[in-house]
Amino acid sequence: MRNQFLTRVTVAAIATCVATAVALVTAQTGGYRAPRGPDGKPNLNGIWQAINSANYDIEAHSAAPSPVLELGASGAVPAGLGVVEGGTLPYTPEALKKRNENRANRLKLDPEVKCYLPGVPRATYMPFPFQIIQSQKHIMLIHEYAGAVRTIYMADQTEAPADSWMGWSNGRWEGESLVVDTKGFNDSSWFDRSGNFHSDALHVVERITARSADTLNYEVTVEDPKVFTRPWKMSMPLYRRVEPNAQILEFRCVEFVEDLLYGHLKKPPSQ
Amino acid sequence: MRIRATTIFRVFASFVLFATFVVFVSAQAPSYKVPRTPDGQPDLQGFWSNATYTPLERPDNVSKEFYTPAEAAAVEKAAASRETEQTEPGTTADVHYDFTQFGLDRSQATLARTLRTSLIVDPKNGKLPPITPEGKKILAARAEEAKKLGGRWDSAQANQLDDRCLIMAGSGPPMMDAAYNSNYHIVQAPGYVMILTEMIHDARIIPLDSRPQPSANVRQWVGLSRGHWEGDTLVVETTNFNGKNPFRGSTEHMKVIERLRRVADDTIEYNFTVDDKSMWERAWSAEAVMRKTTGPLFEHACHEGNYGLYNTLVGARLEEQKAAEGAAKKDSK
Amino acid sequence: MLLPATGAAQIAAPLARPAPAPKTAPTSGKPYTPPKTPDGQPDLQGFWTNSTYVPLERPQGVTKEVYTPAEAEAAMKAAAAREAEQTEPGTTADVHYDFTQFGLDRSQSTVAQSLRTSLIVDPPDGKIPALNAQGQKRAAERAAARKTAGGPYDSVQNMPIGSRCIIMGGSGPPMMNAGYNANYQIVQSPGYVMILTEMIHDVRIIPLDNRPQPASGLRQWVGVSRGHWEGNTLVVETTNFNGKNAFRGGSENMKVTERFTRVADDMIDYKFTIDDPATWDKTWSAQAPLAKTEGPIFEFACHETNYGIANILAGARAEDKQKADPAKKGSN
Repeated sequence: MRNQFLTRVTVAAIATCVATAVALVTAQTGGYRAPRGPDGKPNLNGIWQAINSANYDIEAHSAAPSPVLELGASGAVPAGLGVVEGGTLPYTPEALKKRNENRANRLKLDPEVKCYLPGVPRATYMPFPFQIIQSQKHIMLIHEYAGAVRTIYMADQTEAPADSWMGWSNGRWEGESLVVDTKGFNDSSWFDRSGNFHSDALHVVERITARSADTLNYEVTVEDPKVFTRPWKMSMPLYRRVEPNAQILEFRCVEFVEDLLYGHLKKPPSQ
Repeated sequence: MRIRATTIFRVFASFVLFATFVVFVSAQAPSYKVPRTPDGQPDLQGFWSNATYTPLERPDNVSKEFYTPAEAAAVEKAAASRETEQTEPGTTADVHYDFTQFGLDRSQATLARTLRTSLIVDPKNGKLPPITPEGKKILAARAEEAKKLGGRWDSAQANQLDDRCLIMAGSGPPMMDAAYNSNYHIVQAPGYVMILTEMIHDARIIPLDSRPQPSANVRQWVGLSRGHWEGDTLVVETTNFNGKNPFRGSTEHMKVIERLRRVADDTIEYNFTVDDKSMWERAWSAEAVMRKTTGPLFEHACHEGNYGLYNTLVGARLEEQKAAEGAAKKDSK
Repeated sequence: MLLPATGAAQIAAPLARPAPAPKTAPTSGKPYTPPKTPDGQPDLQGFWTNSTYVPLERPQGVTKEVYTPAEAEAAMKAAAAREAEQTEPGTTADVHYDFTQFGLDRSQSTVAQSLRTSLIVDPPDGKIPALNAQGQKRAAERAAARKTAGGPYDSVQNMPIGSRCIIMGGSGPPMMNAGYNANYQIVQSPGYVMILTEMIHDVRIIPLDNRPQPASGLRQWVGVSRGHWEGNTLVVETTNFNGKNAFRGGSENMKVTERFTRVADDMIDYKFTIDDPATWDKTWSAQAPLAKTEGPIFEFACHETNYGIANILAGARAEDKQKADPAKKGSN
């Protein structure tokens, strides 16, 4: 009898502790708890897209004219309040010089212009949707832009075997959040069209948390001791594409940039 | 060729004018209770006009703060007749269409009348404060930049902002009489006041939620506004101007505080303070009025129909070509 | 001796992986029940390869449908030897880097073994049916267009689509052996099957919810796929091709039906049927197993390091210049 009573009390105590812990966690996400998928984890499946001007410039910026005259307003830059916490990126003095050189020559240097893979976190806030396909061992992020793909290893995790454009991602669940730790980047992608860049020492940690049925909180910590004086954070909501039959379509842009890249090597028409 | 309005109509109008001033002076009901929007904000909604003959600065030959109703009516009549003066056929001024014929002159608009001799109430002399030494330098630098643009018809960019259809005086802030179509539409929603200026369909969306001012790197023609209610007065603070549209010479450091308070069914008091220590030694303030007018507001598709800018540039280039050809002919003789 | 890679667009050199011992295709016996995903789909997940020595069409001189194991091994050995043949130094072929040294040849990868003499199972002669009149006309038009476009190195658009890093044979559909790195990753989530083709990081996300095919104005290199389960078989129907990468002469109105059935822990039976009345008067089908292989799949950043195209074109222009002005030797 006595054991049973103790057991009951203990169970009740544990239940209270757990309930408090859960309450704490849900308080951080504003009280929203995502429905669970069949794998028992928060269900992040779906097609998502950022709606902001981060791809133009992740820092706060005013509207600006197009770098290409013929595009007129179609190529102009919308304003943005910025997605970088604290406002300004903590570049080292040399890195800031390079950023400004990048910016001045962005038509020639921005990898997006050449349809190169966008890297992380830029892929998330390109003005294209991406789809999360979630299984127990792998969570896939499939981007419409350039067909970029990210595999998040939830099991059988290893170090990056080689450098790559999209990095090598290992993921884990922390309560309601999917935490993705990515390393193994090369130094070739940018954070936006304004020349903000990184080195191959880039280390990105993303936290993806459902904040409502159709929105996610996307928080990113960026570390790169070769370029920045300290780690910095960015954050933004991601919106679900709720229209019926939404799907990721092709944006196979290599074809679209061939004349740009190789047109000068075309054989001139014979006289 | 312009067509005149009838003289009889004008005599009748000026009598009505006088009577309106008398009525206006005595119509201030001290115990006006402003209605509320469904979410509890004092209701400023509706169509408003700030058309006025009252200048920003007091005229040089005037020293008092208020006209008598008779004086005000006379000033208005004089200004109205100057506005509707006939142009001489065959002159450049006559090329412009006749405002009066289209009902665009102020005398045919809803006038936001005041007995004030100037909108500026502080400094007490009704004039802008003295310009700082830094301000003088800035003005000189601007003049230099403007010279580089060449003649007015050398390029689109050498033209005035309103002729380029970029922004007009009614937008502000502060919101000034636009010379015609000085109309506004105010709409409120929970947490927001929206002010739509007719020309050039410029909407300011003013949040009321004490959010911080954004980074100094975000700059706008109309600045960035933040509002809050103090009793029945909407207080709007605006910073982050881009400096490309100086208000009486202001710089991008200008801060404008506007206060809107509905004091009668058909009247909003519109007061504003301009603080720009880069330009003026001290802040200065003005008091104006917005008068209820009939809607709706019409679309002002300025840029889309901007034949004027295009045609004047084409004409200027043609004249240059003619002059060059003429000179060449002379040389070849 | 390895020369720096200049001829091919496929520069990405993944780490060599040890080849597990090849397994034979399962013979019929106790029926296999595939495991299920948490949401109840038959589980196709994992890393798979369709690397094979079996040709699409039955070779000339072979009439039977299936080799004996000994014959199959002999055919494989012969193909492997041809693949690993050393190139003559000083020839153009020798310019390409040595596949074998990077573990890229089929004999060093997991091979999806099959005793078939051809992947095509219908028609019974193991060959693609003859083109019908429309198909022939289209083939002639395409040949004429290629002639007008000029020489193979006149412009990037005249070069093979794979060399241009736009799309490669492994994507399909139908998914064909890519020659090397013939690897796939399948991941399933409620309502979707995702197939990632290693080259060129090409993903098909196949919805299972009976949504309609999009209007004909939307066309894609990989078409648009729709899937559903029939028992333990995933049936995927694909239409809306853009016609720029026509499979064996097909038209943009081709319809491809694929069937995926997991028949063993380490094997998926993959069948496809081509239905294109604008090219062939009858449908034709093939069967090509997918064998389990080791992950992970590496990023194949083809376009980003496509020095091959730039160098080939530059070389061709330099040659043109030299031909035009032989006196100016060595100037670029």
